[in-house]
Amino acid sequence: MNPVTNAIALGIRRGWHEFVIGLRSPSDQGFYVMFGLGSLALLWFNRDEDLGIPGLTLPQLLLPSILAAILMFSIVITPAYALALERKDGTVLRLRVGPYGLHGYLVGLMTLTLVSILPLLVIVLGGSALLFEGAVPRDPATWALIAGTLLLGILANLPLGFVIGSLVTKLQQVTTWGMAPTVALAYLSGIFGDMERLWGWVQVLAQLFPLYWFGHLMRFAFLPEAAAAAELTGGWRVAEAVAVLAVWAVVGFALAIPLVRRMSRRQSGAAVAEARDQAANQPVR
Amino acid sequence: MSEPHHRHRRGTTVDGDAPVVVVCGLQMRYGDHDVLTGVDLEVVRGEVVVLLGPNGAGKTTTIEILEGFRRPSGGHVEVLGEDPLHVDEAWRARIGMVLQSWRDHARWTPRALLDHLGGFYRPFSTTDRPRPVPTQAVIDLVVLGAAADQRIITLSGGQRRRLDVGVGIIGRPELLFLDEPTAGFDPQARRDFHELIQRLTDLEHTTVLLTTHDLAEAEKLADRILILAGGQIVADGSADALARQIRGRAEVRWTRDGQRFVHAADDATAFVRELLADHPAGIDDLEVRRASLEDTYLELVRAHLDPGAVTAPGPTIAERVS
Repeated sequence: MNPVTNAIALGIRRGWHEFVIGLRSPSDQGFYVMFGLGSLALLWFNRDEDLGIPGLTLPQLLLPSILAAILMFSIVITPAYALALERKDGTVLRLRVGPYGLHGYLVGLMTLTLVSILPLLVIVLGGSALLFEGAVPRDPATWALIAGTLLLGILANLPLGFVIGSLVTKLQQVTTWGMAPTVALAYLSGIFGDMERLWGWVQVLAQLFPLYWFGHLMRFAFLPEAAAAAELTGGWRVAEAVAVLAVWAVVGFALAIPLVRRMSRRQSGAAVAEARDQAANQPVR
Repeated sequence: MSEPHHRHRRGTTVDGDAPVVVVCGLQMRYGDHDVLTGVDLEVVRGEVVVLLGPNGAGKTTTIEILEGFRRPSGGHVEVLGEDPLHVDEAWRARIGMVLQSWRDHARWTPRALLDHLGGFYRPFSTTDRPRPVPTQAVIDLVVLGAAADQRIITLSGGQRRRLDVGVGIIGRPELLFLDEPTAGFDPQARRDFHELIQRLTDLEHTTVLLTTHDLAEAEKLADRILILAGGQIVADGSADALARQIRGRAEVRWTRDGQRFVHAADDATAFVRELLADHPAGIDDLEVRRASLEDTYLELVRAHLDPGAVTAPGPTIAERVS
């Protein structure tokens, strides 16, 4: 038995186990309900907005963008939060003292992150299919395209959560460096409406980040050709989108691997004891 | 007793090969603070060695260096034949660490966690040491009972520590590290824990290195006690041997003319003979007390923390009998 494949298999089981445990917890349920139902509500209240593009409704246009944003949020925040928390509470240490345990831990966290987007997809896509005529594509070719886009979007965003989680020293910093920038980025990347109202330099800035391109590619996959008119340049830029997301994926993994290693090296019984003592001297969250 | 003693007793060796842990001249310095100033120690296969010392003596630092968590400032360290700073995952499979966990895996059950963590050891199973130990066997060994199927967050402190030990031994380690395993235990939990360690070492021939600041614990568990004070090992031996190391150091008490006297004598017999010869009459309530292990320990630690306090054949102290 190869110990690495064994650890990967254990990691996948670990991630699934964590997911199933999470499904039963009010905080995880709250997260899914808030983001899933919140997205649907946003679409619902804008369902009659006129876009000036024949045959295109606002829920149709917003759905792929919002999916991109909540998926990015979930994909970045899940591992960032878990790493910040679990290296303080001894989880990372517990795993890393075993053979290939860190491999198992990281695969577990990736698995958890990936399966955690399933409830969001089910709620948002299922709800939209019921509520908004024509918002959810039905033909298999479009779905293959969507699946490819999701994969690319996940690969581009997944390392960011590990980078943030490895760098922060306190749980609250996940909010500062993870949640706040993601929400700001969502606004700047035109997720909630048209980007052209923003200043030119903000538009350029937003296009340096993966979220704009993930959203762009999602709209490309979901929407009819005519919807290109609502994009910044009035057309689809598929090649650029794929290239930017690929660069983020490569750079992200190149950064995340040494950072996670460094973080794990700093784990020790004394470090966990110190965190525990610190927590004991602070009011409980 | 200011010179460190190195008496590497070849204890209850199972196969009498190379030592499991070798440490020479280990130094650790944080900024300009020296924590370890030259620790030498050796642990032989099958031994239960207790590293005993006052708080802040560097016990945790020493054990974390052996576990590979810290880079020493100087010296040579070998654990299972390898430098803990440059080890591969196969080395980890042979080592067990009992961590003082806090609130990790709070929503898991002990059974699920033991199953999961044990799985990592499966590729490292040998006919000699089948790995992992079956989950139920670990649950039985650490006496978790019905708690094995409760969420970990609901366990008591004692149950939680037993789970920590269970996790430490799930890979059937050749060498087990325990750092202050009974800190914060009540007497009953402490006793249960000692029985557990004894069961473990009897059943699995596991070499154990344990730290504690509790002398009674060291006395109860150790084949050999190493006393760490002032950044060095200041004594090394079985509990009996340590008590004998301050040879002849005994306390002689007597009363003469209504005054009570106390004298610490290197050779109590000779002192008493002389005392009685000098005062053929008038010596009452003569009492000679051998140093207990506790006296030895306290004296060693005190001597090391404050070299001026080394008890050379002491002056006779007279007290008024009240």
